[in-house]
Amino acid sequence: MHSALRIIKEGLTGNKGWKPAWRKPDPRTQYDVIIIGGGGHGLATAYYLAKEHGITNIAVLEKGWLGGGNIGRNTTIIRSNYLLPGNQPFYELSMKLWEGLEQDFNYNAMISQRGVLNLFHSDGQRDAFVRRGNAMRLSGADAQILDAAAIRDICPYLDYDNARFPIKGGIRQPRGGTVRHDAVAWGYARAADRRGVDIIENCEVTGFIMENGHCLGVETTRGTIRAAKTAACVAGSSSKVMAMAGQRLPIESHVLQAFVSEGLKPIIPGVITFGAGHFYVSQSDKGGLVFGGDIDGYNSYAQRGNLPVLHDVCEGGMAIMPMIGRARVLRMWGGIMDMSMDGSPFIDKTQTDGLFFNGGWCYGGFKATPASGFCYAHLIATGRPHEVAQNYRLDRFLGGAAIDEKGQGAQPNLH
Amino acid sequence: MIINHPRLGPRDSAEFVYKGDAGLIERPFGTDTSIEQMHDYAYLRDNTAGAHRELWYHEQGDRSWLIVTRDTVTHEILDVALARPPADKATS
Repeated sequence: MHSALRIIKEGLTGNKGWKPAWRKPDPRTQYDVIIIGGGGHGLATAYYLAKEHGITNIAVLEKGWLGGGNIGRNTTIIRSNYLLPGNQPFYELSMKLWEGLEQDFNYNAMISQRGVLNLFHSDGQRDAFVRRGNAMRLSGADAQILDAAAIRDICPYLDYDNARFPIKGGIRQPRGGTVRHDAVAWGYARAADRRGVDIIENCEVTGFIMENGHCLGVETTRGTIRAAKTAACVAGSSSKVMAMAGQRLPIESHVLQAFVSEGLKPIIPGVITFGAGHFYVSQSDKGGLVFGGDIDGYNSYAQRGNLPVLHDVCEGGMAIMPMIGRARVLRMWGGIMDMSMDGSPFIDKTQTDGLFFNGGWCYGGFKATPASGFCYAHLIATGRPHEVAQNYRLDRFLGGAAIDEKGQGAQPNLH
Repeated sequence: MIINHPRLGPRDSAEFVYKGDAGLIERPFGTDTSIEQMHDYAYLRDNTAGAHRELWYHEQGDRSWLIVTRDTVTHEILDVALARPPADKATS
């Protein structure tokens, strides 16, 4: 669509020939599938329902504007470096979908596989990372263990002799990297729209139509819309939406902040994470350092955080990468996370027939976008969970089947 | 956020550790409770948007537990109380 020839032609003719990338239809009263939430996961779900399952009579209902939630608020990192069998095959499917995404939906998402490096600082941490690397390779992903000398070659400016957290090495996934996050929403939206999906913005769901234990559609600020299948996909607001269906969730909503510095010359290769210090960083194509750390740690729907976390994140950055001390923070923002009780997501049916749920992505939803849509579409279309998402059940805590990636138990503020 | 501690006056929320929904104080007694009830207690949350009663533990202060009523949409703190009445008043 954006060929170089077209850009030159439009540039010479006043850029008057561009058309909107998707329609702005009014909602109809009946669809086959309603997807609540026009973020990355909802749009991906609509796209894969159309492409993989031939279901195109779909409405995607978005309360605000397309891509204005967490798809536009993350730090754009993709990776498949998980440990547990309930997680890693799912995230590796997501990575494979990322790798083919631009050709698949014919949109430039600026997918840049320039590597994700996690630092370790002790023998115990090294052994855990080696185990993780082996689990990654068993799933078909790539992983390398680097010693401090190898990291020094690519990042000479880190504080290797930090008194508390000396750098002993790291685990690197070369296929990890970053993606232009907004373009993911736009690409999925455009591709879904081309296949007939109605993307309806400024349309807030205000209730569910329930009869005899079946969900028959939704009430919205733009009228009643009916469908045999309704699929919630509103991570961050999951508890609010599902409360309208009378369901309590194993989720707390928390605010996670991110930060960008002024533009600097290229210096950071890929993504570097300093988990011990609550700091990770990459560098955008514009040169800004994109960095973040932990959630603020209290329930919030405010989409903005407070200064103690900024302080904590910058302390972590200064500890591991003292050279950034003169860089100025340009912008900061917050997004609302569905923090689940074990740190892992849900893609499942609900207690109500015809109502499906996707959420609980904690602060790892962006990298999961393609596989989340792919597996959710599979569940909605076939009624069965996709093989790699079959552990993401809403009732898993009842049977003791938590997917406890970090081993931290029912304390969502720790994930 | 500034939490107006009933004993110590206004304190920075960074001195506290957040401990979640205040309803968690009402822990069901294990042997009288079904697995489903214990699951609901341990794992499910109302996760309210708006006024939310929640526990804050003053770890970097007097180690009291507070019940803070806070608007989760605006972060405005509406009320602060000790989670347990002071010992000298508890028996009166």
